[in-house]
Amino acid sequence: MADLSTNCAGIKSPNPFWLASAPPANSGDQVKRAFDAGWGGAVWKTLGQPIQNVSSRFAGHGYKGNKAIGFNNIELITDRPLDVNFREITEVKKQYPDHAVIVSLMVETKEEWKDFIKRSIDTGADGLELNFGCPHGMCERGMGSAVGQEPKVNEEITSWAMEYSSIPVLVKLTPNVADIQPHGLAAQRGGADGVSLINTIKSVIGVDIDNFVMRPSVGAQSTNGGYCGSAVKPIALHMLASLARNKDFNLPISGIGGVSTWRDAVEFLLLGATSVQVCTEVMLHGYRVVEDMLTGLNNYMDKHGFKTLNDFVGKAVPSYSEWGNLDMNYETVAKIDADKCIGCYKCMVACHDGAHQCIFPSKDDSRVPVIDESECVGCNLCEIVCPVPDCITMTEVDNGFAPASWNEHVAGTGKLRPKKGAH
Amino acid sequence: MQKQITEDRAETVFEDFKKPYDMKAAVAEANRCLYCEDAPCITACPTSINIPEFIRRIATENIQGSAETIFDSNIFGMSCARVCPVETLCVGDCVFNHMEQPPIQIGKLQRYATDQAFEQDWSFFEPGADTGKRVAIVGGGPASIACAHELRLLGHSPTIFESRDVLGGLNTWGVAPYKMKADRALEEVNWIMQIGGIEVKTGVTVGQDVSFDELKNDYDAVFLGFGLGLDKFLKLEDEGLDGIYGAVEFIEKIKLEQPDVSNVQTAVVLGGGNTAIDAVRQLKGLGIPSVKMVYRGTEERMSGYAHEWEAAKIEGIEGVWHMSPNRFFGENTVTGVLCDVLDQDKKPTGAQQNIEADLVLLAVGQDKQGDIVQSLPGLEIEWGVIKVDSMGRTGCDGVFAGGDCANGAKEVVNATAEGRDAARAIDQYLN
Ligand SMILES: Cc1cc2nc3c(=O)[nH]c(=O)nc-3n(C[C@H](O)[C@H](O)[C@H](O)COP(=O)(O)OP(=O)(O)OC[C@H]3O[C@@H](n4cnc5c(N)ncnc54)[C@H](O)[C@@H]3O)c2cc1C
Ligand SMILES: Cc1cc2nc3c(=O)[nH]c(=O)nc-3n(C[C@H](O)[C@H](O)[C@H](O)COP(=O)(O)O)c2cc1C
Ligand code: SF4
Repeated sequence: MADLSTNCAGIKSPNPFWLASAPPANSGDQVKRAFDAGWGGAVWKTLGQPIQNVSSRFAGHGYKGNKAIGFNNIELITDRPLDVNFREITEVKKQYPDHAVIVSLMVETKEEWKDFIKRSIDTGADGLELNFGCPHGMCERGMGSAVGQEPKVNEEITSWAMEYSSIPVLVKLTPNVADIQPHGLAAQRGGADGVSLINTIKSVIGVDIDNFVMRPSVGAQSTNGGYCGSAVKPIALHMLASLARNKDFNLPISGIGGVSTWRDAVEFLLLGATSVQVCTEVMLHGYRVVEDMLTGLNNYMDKHGFKTLNDFVGKAVPSYSEWGNLDMNYETVAKIDADKCIGCYKCMVACHDGAHQCIFPSKDDSRVPVIDESECVGCNLCEIVCPVPDCITMTEVDNGFAPASWNEHVAGTGKLRPKKGAH
Repeated sequence: MQKQITEDRAETVFEDFKKPYDMKAAVAEANRCLYCEDAPCITACPTSINIPEFIRRIATENIQGSAETIFDSNIFGMSCARVCPVETLCVGDCVFNHMEQPPIQIGKLQRYATDQAFEQDWSFFEPGADTGKRVAIVGGGPASIACAHELRLLGHSPTIFESRDVLGGLNTWGVAPYKMKADRALEEVNWIMQIGGIEVKTGVTVGQDVSFDELKNDYDAVFLGFGLGLDKFLKLEDEGLDGIYGAVEFIEKIKLEQPDVSNVQTAVVLGGGNTAIDAVRQLKGLGIPSVKMVYRGTEERMSGYAHEWEAAKIEGIEGVWHMSPNRFFGENTVTGVLCDVLDQDKKPTGAQQNIEADLVLLAVGQDKQGDIVQSLPGLEIEWGVIKVDSMGRTGCDGVFAGGDCANGAKEVVNATAEGRDAARAIDQYLN
């Protein structure tokens, strides 16, 4: 049994799985049930001045029968009374001393920040998360992503929080920026103990095509919302990795965005996160999803001989390089395992219409396609569309060329192999 | 014109053996489809429906487009979805079979889309510009109707001559009621006829009421789609007793009438083909306590589909193997059939066995009635089957054929494909 415990920016928890600040962490009763189910921490649903929500708040982005590979919401921060929230946080923390309880905050003035931070600390919470991320509703009021998109404002508010807080402070970053790095660095300059990312992505998730109203439809209207769920994972990973590899950025990161399985979590950890937060997957399937996350992570660690999370946190960060440094002489071609092939010809049509026209029908009646390796550029498309596990393998070819990158080629220090499939 | 069939039909007690999908189930199944390129299922379908395309359209909830894809290739797409032996056709060739995953339920998906077309009253076809050419069509089964419909698309004017008073051939009064009932088959015929301009003359037996030569002279072309003849009999002693019927003849009674089987305790069907299996399953379904299928060969070598026989066994039907009927017994009504016991090579062992039965159906094939067109010059007939090329051309100029009378007895889907293709050949001939 591996040690799954973590310390993210000074916030300790028995495992790296935290509920993100969102509906699953909306009340004391819920968070207790989540902890009982196995969650290691919870970032309470964001507290702030009283708001009111609309009816019809969520909508899914469906694909092939899955109604929500992506998810979007137009709800705001908590709509429950503040004193009830603070009372419940105190209660939960008392009952679960070893779990991480983090209070998420979003207010406007320095006075408000001071007041909210004091009341949060009084609950006994383990940390604070400053919500600089919400891309709808709150930003129009000068909060949320309106803060997160301005490094100066971000830095200033962070420094207020640091002034008032005696417990660790995470700054939750918005992905609605061209480059995440200046924003992470701003939080660092403000003195934050860590950052969490990502919050939701500004989105219009779809349109009701018979009623001509965007979704989620609030009567005859709708508005832009925040996109999250499995579909946003690649965006979250990119932002996580860009900060993790930035030499000037030294803060711990809590990774968020599309974590749906233990595999996703492992990817976040490998790219530098020391905890992961989950919202949508819990909204869709309940707290119980953590059970598989815990055993999956544990088995993965055992398989690789990792005793603690630190043994592998950030392990894939060095693999993130610039395109110009990639080895242009690394060459793969697709190979088909004739015994596994079921003859669907998916690879053939994909290569023919979407790649390099080098997969052909079988010459006999076997329906095992034939790959012209001399034309195959090794793009991976056929492997991606093949429905059979391990049937198409991208196989490395020894072409006799020493590794050479584009940058080396430009600098005159590397010799590139002849181009393939470019005629 | 066509007669209405009665609602008092024995077949109405049967429920669908394969349950229909609802929208959700259809979309879920459609989403499993890999959307193969040059898909093997298309090749396996005699009418070459673009199966991955119609399934993708179900997945995107473009059901109207899906039905259109089906009917474009197969105007009997609704029937075929229910009566095709998909296990040996499209579904049998689904690539999932090579992956130890259940194959896509193409028939059930096709049924969903085509049922919707009927329910929503979608129509997809307009007749072509009138050519003034008239084509005589002999028979009113699937081959003939598919041919007539295709001819209308091409602007020609077909006239169907049908000896019965209902259309649809064996698709109406032959296919098992747990696949499809007669009223549904006739609904389909009416739906197809909506294209307009197909003249139908029922109650006319060509060769008796009007000669083939007359048709050939009076029309610009002739299509022969008269199917097979009556059930074969074995010419055994006492075969004329009451309670002995041809299987197809009796199935027709079940489909269109209300035969009384309330006193039958033991029914025996002689044969091992699909008609025999259909017959035993229907007799069992009508409540006859003991139903046996008596066959000369073995279970492994019977010509009926294995998946159908498996279903029959589950329904409680007994197979009796290596038995060849020798003679029948009974006073007025049959009481039993005496059988010669055969060995592995279907040779008599000398032993005999009496099998009791108060209803006996003979399912040993139907007569091939190709000889009724012998008078047409150049037309070749082999073992009662009309010889045609791949487009349904016979050796007689201007005479075409398709369906059971030309393929020797296949399925509704083959008849449909052959009728359609013959219409295209007729179009070429007329132009
Ligand atoms: C018991 C049974 C069950 C079957 N089950 C299935 C099944 O489940 N699935 C499947 O796909 N196929 C099944 N078939 C086969 C299928 O029904 C036939 O292959 C198909 O109907 C052939 O179509 P057709 O148009 O060639 O002939 P038919 O359907 O036989 O139609 C021929 C028509 O011509 C008429 N006719 C005949 N002689 C003349 C004449 N001289 N003048 C005018 N009209 C004439 C007949 O009355 C009939 O209406 C079954 C067949 C039988 C016997
Ligand atoms: C309905 C809903 C409400 C949310 N509310 C908040 C919130 O109040 N505060 C906050 O910081 N993030 C909020 N989020 C964002 C999530 O905490 C999280 O950052 C985002 O959903 C990405 O993670 P996921 O892909 O696991 O859902 C909300 C998300 C959803 C779906
Ligand atoms: S789950 Fe459905 S019923 Fe319940 S609050 Fe949400 S929208 Fe309303």
